[in-house]
Amino acid sequence: MTGYIQLTVLDLVLASGLLLAAALASLLLQLGLSRQILWAAVRMTAQLLLIGLLLKLIFAITAPWLTALVVVAMALLAGYEVRQRQANRLAGWWSYGLGASTMLLVGPLMTVLAVTAFVQPEPWYDPRYAIPMVGMILGNAMTGVSLGLDTLTSAMKRDVAAVEARLLLGGTRWEACRPIARKAMRSGMMPIINAMMATGVIALPGMMTGQILAGVDPEEAVRYQLLIMFMIAGATSLGVVLAVVGGTWRLTDERDRLRLDRLTEAKAD
Amino acid sequence: MPPPLRLSLRDLRSPVVTAPAMDVAAGECVALMGASGSGKSRLLRAIVDLDPNEGQVSLDGRTRKTVAAPDWRRAIAYVPAESGWWDEQVAPHFPDDGPSPSGLVALGLPETAGQWLVARLSTGERQRLALLRALANEPKVLLLDEPTSGLDSEATAKVELLLREELARGVSILFVTHDPAQADRLAQRRLRMADGVLQEETANEAAAS
Repeated sequence: MTGYIQLTVLDLVLASGLLLAAALASLLLQLGLSRQILWAAVRMTAQLLLIGLLLKLIFAITAPWLTALVVVAMALLAGYEVRQRQANRLAGWWSYGLGASTMLLVGPLMTVLAVTAFVQPEPWYDPRYAIPMVGMILGNAMTGVSLGLDTLTSAMKRDVAAVEARLLLGGTRWEACRPIARKAMRSGMMPIINAMMATGVIALPGMMTGQILAGVDPEEAVRYQLLIMFMIAGATSLGVVLAVVGGTWRLTDERDRLRLDRLTEAKAD
Repeated sequence: MPPPLRLSLRDLRSPVVTAPAMDVAAGECVALMGASGSGKSRLLRAIVDLDPNEGQVSLDGRTRKTVAAPDWRRAIAYVPAESGWWDEQVAPHFPDDGPSPSGLVALGLPETAGQWLVARLSTGERQRLALLRALANEPKVLLLDEPTSGLDSEATAKVELLLREELARGVSILFVTHDPAQADRLAQRRLRMADGVLQEETANEAAAS
């Protein structure tokens, strides 16, 4: 790659001086943040060094099973994160299962599509392409699915009387829940729609910026960014629809009843 | 010839209510009484299958299991004490274009009530509109949870008149009330709930005299 400038350890040490200045400022202004700033910096450094080593190892091996393993592990973690972000959780296995299975479906699906149909690295399972892509796809889909499910469960709880009124007048569970499900899908889709609006005007996306810094022609970087945004939008909309339909299905039953007993309030943790 | 059996319960059990047996004939009106929290509303919810429950429930000889839940609830209308609304306006809650003008007038409401905003309805208006909304499905059984609790005596009389017309058409009514006088006026029989259990029948004084 042309025009790529390597960073030395010394560069980083000097740059971290800015952080020390921030910690010092906090101390002087008595913000009580200096300890947190330093701890966060240490944690970040350790996490990134570790992931760097791990990725280097994974790239060196470049085996399909290893790529698959990492992708699945990331999807499961994203599923866990979806659960953590719910104020009201589905009872039992579902609290984790719905988010995790959604992530497990859309993450790998979109990534495989991207590397087999569009990017086409050699071999197609090259972790250098698959892993960053699945990361970006999962990260965004996760936000959408979390929001969609959270809206669904809180609206179901708030609008019990309205949903039951429709059921009592002979509506099916889908008819009765339609306005709420629609609202939940909209709120799940909002962040990605906003992101698409803002991209390139207010925010330069991280991946594109990274490619430009690495010496890639901006036009080329834009093409990659567009591809990944389409993948993200596809994964998010599919994920949101699946999760909201799945959640609605679980919160109602085959006799067209609303089953809020299948919802538990998340304990503060 | 006695009127045909309309609604029949046997061994109805949910986690919170039990009803060993109950039979209501076509055109019959039964008052359901009992202390607050004794499970009256829960029993009505169980009959329309809105809460999970087990047992034999049949309507005109058809068991509930063989009927899809939405069809079941169209035939047996439950009107809760607090009605739910999902649209801003009154009219969209009714099939077709809105409440029937004749129904509105019968309950002392203006014919324009369909255009009202739900948020601005009084308790009594909500109650009467919820009843009309349920009647629009032409149910065979009405399960009413304190149908006149928010109404003055004039509006109460209008609701009772409408219910009598339904009874005359063969509709059966099971209604919750805390007012013995209303039970006497409308019902042929009284049933009592206590601690979540539907009790054996007690004769209605008015019907007996």
